[in-house]
Amino acid sequence: MILELIPSTLRMATPLGYAALGGIYSERAGVINLALEGMMLIGAFGYVLGTQGSGSTWLGLLIGIGCGLALALLHAVATVTFHADQVVTGIGINILALGITEYLLPLPKQVDGLPHWELPLIGSYSFIVYLLPALMVASHILLFKTPWGLRLRAAGESTEALAALSLSRTKWQYLGILLSGLLAGIGGCFLASEVHYFTKGMTAGRGYLALAAVIFGNWRPLSGVSACFLFGFATALELANRWNIPGQLLHSLPYILTMVVLVGFVGTSRPPASLGKMKL
Amino acid sequence: MNIRKLIASVSRGRLSQSKKFFLNFISPLLAIFGFFLSCGIVVHFRGQDALEFYRIILLSGFASFDDFGYVLFNATPLVFTGLAVAIGYKSGLFNIGCEGQLYIAAFAAAWIGMHLNLPAFLLVPLCIGSAMIAGAGWGAVPGFLKARYGAHEVINTIMMNFIAFALMNYLVTSVYQEPGQMIPQTPQIHETARIPRLASLTPILPQSNPLNASFLIACGCVVVCYIFLTYTRWGYELRLVGNAQDVASYGGINPRAVTVWVMALSGAIAGLAGVAEVMGYRYRFLDSFSSGWGFTGIAVALLGRNNPFGILAAAVLFGLLNKVALDIDILLGIPRGLFFAGQGMLIIWLVCVEGISRKKNDT
Repeated sequence: MILELIPSTLRMATPLGYAALGGIYSERAGVINLALEGMMLIGAFGYVLGTQGSGSTWLGLLIGIGCGLALALLHAVATVTFHADQVVTGIGINILALGITEYLLPLPKQVDGLPHWELPLIGSYSFIVYLLPALMVASHILLFKTPWGLRLRAAGESTEALAALSLSRTKWQYLGILLSGLLAGIGGCFLASEVHYFTKGMTAGRGYLALAAVIFGNWRPLSGVSACFLFGFATALELANRWNIPGQLLHSLPYILTMVVLVGFVGTSRPPASLGKMKL
Repeated sequence: MNIRKLIASVSRGRLSQSKKFFLNFISPLLAIFGFFLSCGIVVHFRGQDALEFYRIILLSGFASFDDFGYVLFNATPLVFTGLAVAIGYKSGLFNIGCEGQLYIAAFAAAWIGMHLNLPAFLLVPLCIGSAMIAGAGWGAVPGFLKARYGAHEVINTIMMNFIAFALMNYLVTSVYQEPGQMIPQTPQIHETARIPRLASLTPILPQSNPLNASFLIACGCVVVCYIFLTYTRWGYELRLVGNAQDVASYGGINPRAVTVWVMALSGAIAGLAGVAEVMGYRYRFLDSFSSGWGFTGIAVALLGRNNPFGILAAAVLFGLLNKVALDIDILLGIPRGLFFAGQGMLIIWLVCVEGISRKKNDT
């Protein structure tokens, strides 16, 4: 029974996982990223547009990532350079992405998906699925075992330490946000590549769900992506709809769990110390 | 702690008066102007007549009372959500949960309106009251979690939005769906629970115009909010907690209690947007009826500088934009997404302007 749910769990969890990793980089650098939703959406759009235009899924992937990066750059310029409120900017970007994609619709043609790799025992999935665990481990090592990661985290934890090393907080924050745009863009590309087309507002709150996973996973790559698999499993259960549990309950489970974790009933959840604070 | 110094630092602005005026008032107007200008350029490059486009924009909201009625009808829910966001913002709280709160409130109004058959003078206040209580309850939860556990209200209001969407979807598809209908909606509320349309009161509006008395409630709400914020003790406490929490604590105000009741009040006002929809327009609860009013409310509050009268003006402007977007879509075939994109850019522009002036004040 449970085994049957593995394919749909993987398919649901992968875009969330990429977006959540992106969210972790941005939030670890001290910038709240509510724009994940918009970055995923524009990534999906860019993938379909690029694949349709060029005929190559790889170019589509690149264009999707590029679109995600462009929105991330906008987020970075507004929040880091102009000190705009990070929450409102994120919401503005989501509305912007929804508007741009709706304006440029329709994209009626079906497009090819990214190549699937057949592996023994596991099955056939897009290579993006296989890449996620590797990226998760790499992100963990990068953030917590290297000087590079220490500096990125310093941008979100202790700006004094960064200043003492005469490193620019601005630079690290730009980097964190751009990485989130790149990863959320890949998540969006995967979403569009699996269903082969783009529909209006197709991310349907997945960016916010990824943000919930970031918080649920205590801003750490390993637990964050694990949370995405848990959330993906809840969605797979909802789609399978076999045990007569109202789908809506399963649907809201991740959000309820996140609220519980945030309140501190389960373990401790601690955001980066300077998250959302722009003053130096 | 030197209280006088603290208060002075709060109210002191380093920007000169004229620069402040430019940033706060001229630049939003410039942004809107720039938006329309760039829209015209886009339209021109689509190979359509840009002058025709501007003619439609200018006439869209003002060609007749009927058109202007639609503008005010579009503006009504935005007045409520804008006020809700602003009240939270004034006390340093960020209510992104208006969307969820207005759904919960709308359902409460619809439920009472369906199940009780009372004369109008009892049922209408009862529906509005229960909707406000429901919205307040949904808003108070993140407020309480913030006050008691320090959990950030932004995250919790977002989470509660999604929980509200799921709950509403469940109720309206599984429990209270109108029998024999595929549409996820409840049966109609009783005649006596309805807020009258203004078309039935004045002959200048055609019968088809949806503008209803909830717009008058919105105007009343603007005045009440202004008086509340400016002249009452609670309004003072709310603003003080938002501006200088240490001063507030020193003055004997409990910032935690303020956090809870402000979020509740904000939720109650956001709930009125749901009332306007259910009791004033559709007369039933339809699943996902709101087109992001809770989020547009953030833009409205920003543009209105968190001043109730400014919010009324900003809401009317957004109501006009929605009307224009629809007309452009119908008459010229230009997708509405153009205006959503413009709205997103406007929000980003406004927060950047605010960020710049805040940065200048700090240094």
